[in-house]
Amino acid sequence: MLQQFYAVLTFFGFGIFFAIIALVLAKIFGPTNPTAAKITTYECGLDTQGPTWVQFKISYFLYALVFLIFDVETLFLYPWAVMFQKLGLFAFIEMIIFIAILVIGLWYAWKEGALEWL
Amino acid sequence: MEGIFLRIADFAKQLFSSLNFGPEITSILMALFHVSAIIGFVLLNVLVLVLLERKLSGYFQQRPGPNRLGPNGAFQTIADVIKLFGKELIIPKAADKWVFILATIVVFIPAVMLYAVIPFGKKMIAIDLNIGIFYFIAISSTATIAFIMGGWGSNNKYSLLGGMRTVAQMVSYEIPLVFSLLGVIMIAGSLKMSDIIAAQKDVWFIILQPIAFIIFFISSIAELNRAPFDLPEGEQELVAGPYTEYSGMMFALFFLAEYANMVSISAIAVTLFLGGWQGPILPSWMWFVIKLYIMIFLYMWVRWTFPRIRIDHLMHFNWKFLLPLSLVNIVITGIGIKLVNWLNWF
Amino acid sequence: MNGTLEPLFFWLISAVIVLSALAVVFMKNIVHSALFLIVTFVGMAGIYALLQADFIAAVQILVYAGAIAILIVFAVMLTRRGDIRASNPFNGYAIIASLACLAFLVVTVSMIFNSGFEIVESVGKSVVEPLAIAMMGDFVISFEVAALLLLEALVGAIILARGVKKEQ
Repeated sequence: MLQQFYAVLTFFGFGIFFAIIALVLAKIFGPTNPTAAKITTYECGLDTQGPTWVQFKISYFLYALVFLIFDVETLFLYPWAVMFQKLGLFAFIEMIIFIAILVIGLWYAWKEGALEWL
Repeated sequence: MEGIFLRIADFAKQLFSSLNFGPEITSILMALFHVSAIIGFVLLNVLVLVLLERKLSGYFQQRPGPNRLGPNGAFQTIADVIKLFGKELIIPKAADKWVFILATIVVFIPAVMLYAVIPFGKKMIAIDLNIGIFYFIAISSTATIAFIMGGWGSNNKYSLLGGMRTVAQMVSYEIPLVFSLLGVIMIAGSLKMSDIIAAQKDVWFIILQPIAFIIFFISSIAELNRAPFDLPEGEQELVAGPYTEYSGMMFALFFLAEYANMVSISAIAVTLFLGGWQGPILPSWMWFVIKLYIMIFLYMWVRWTFPRIRIDHLMHFNWKFLLPLSLVNIVITGIGIKLVNWLNWF
Repeated sequence: MNGTLEPLFFWLISAVIVLSALAVVFMKNIVHSALFLIVTFVGMAGIYALLQADFIAAVQILVYAGAIAILIVFAVMLTRRGDIRASNPFNGYAIIASLACLAFLVVTVSMIFNSGFEIVESVGKSVVEPLAIAMMGDFVISFEVAALLLLEALVGAIILARGVKKEQ
């Protein structure tokens, strides 16, 4: 079991290693000549206007919120789905109740316009 | 032919064991061996895929595509790679330098880690985790972080808008993607990749779970940010979205991760819906590659056939159609399994 | 020979967690703080994996690094005003806060030492199946209450967010 974890860690390390090697090689082989015009922010050829990091609209946050609720739901659904055939009918009804409660949440978000892109 | 790669792996294992480092170091060395082989396979595939995509897009639009370098343009991507190495890495003055650079590394980590649980053939899986498919879902959910880092770190309005859109789209479509796999897991009764493939010995899950496959296919296109869901980098409105300020190898890493993700998600589709590496006569890994390329062709076909859709339509389609549909699919699958078990009981 | 790497990885991952958690507090830029928080989350997943709780580790990655982190970044984008480079300032409560944290640390550590932990050998076993049986059997009430809790969180957040929407 732990050996599997070490193997996963090896994949993680290799990902970092490969990306860094690629960047370093490109840095060695490529030219380095940052002129003033080259390192300005791209905005269709004009000078950039105003700050970038401004307040964003709320729709993004609402989508992320509804996503989080359903993401938490998945971690209940997955163990249930694995054991589904061994658990019997009662567990199935329990899960239908669980899903129904969250569907009420989805319906509420829908009704309140949290799913609208405006 | 069947065991050719297994024999190479066995040889490597014996070699590493003979060094007497103990089982832990040996398993790390074996993982290094696996990851190098897999990345080699993926890089080779990406070279082919980029060319294939450009040729196919050409044919779909009744033009020849790249055809100057080598026979029928076959060496085009090799030239592109050499060109990318010779490009300058430009870091904009206004950018948040470390976040900007680290994003290119962060995007690559999940792309590599996903390959740990992909069965390339009979017994050809790097790590057959007990939680196999759940590991895949967990790791792929972190792909959004790089887009936030890149979009925000560039300090460019197009990048930030594109990055935020990418993240909003990816998290939204993750839910139906994850729910569509539940039907398969309910039938297979395991998260382990080898068990899921074994459960498809008689009948592929695409036949038992056609709705789930369609939901999976649509939402995986959105997860990959490919047309018709390529709004984050819609070049007519957002220049190149989160990639706007990236140049040379930094752009190439994003690009590479995108294609690597396409290969891995196609591999998951093959494993979960198309019976994995199972098939008659030919070696198992060859069946895997054939099915993989069928899936990839589907992705390319869709990309060059449908026009891009509007972002509000994209979000509404997900939350108001795909998500309820995937929930209904779970309930129907449950009732179906119970009915079949009940009929068998008599 | 088996188990020699475990302490090494434990201390390595712990160091990453502690350092990134400190960085969350001390970074001047709140987006950098949020990014270091993701490192902390991933490190926690590493600790769970070391404890051989593979499913919990994956849940930690899925929910915290994949969802909560996104939510935090979106919240930062939503609420932030003024200069981003000094968006995570210190106020005058440093001493009171550190005292409160110290008290919390003392309570936590004393609880850890006073509770009798059972060491369970679970090598190679999957935790998913027992989890499902417990969830659907003995803890079914808690399971359904969790659904209600999620519903409540969703409704509450939407009501709060609607207020922000009106302001905008």
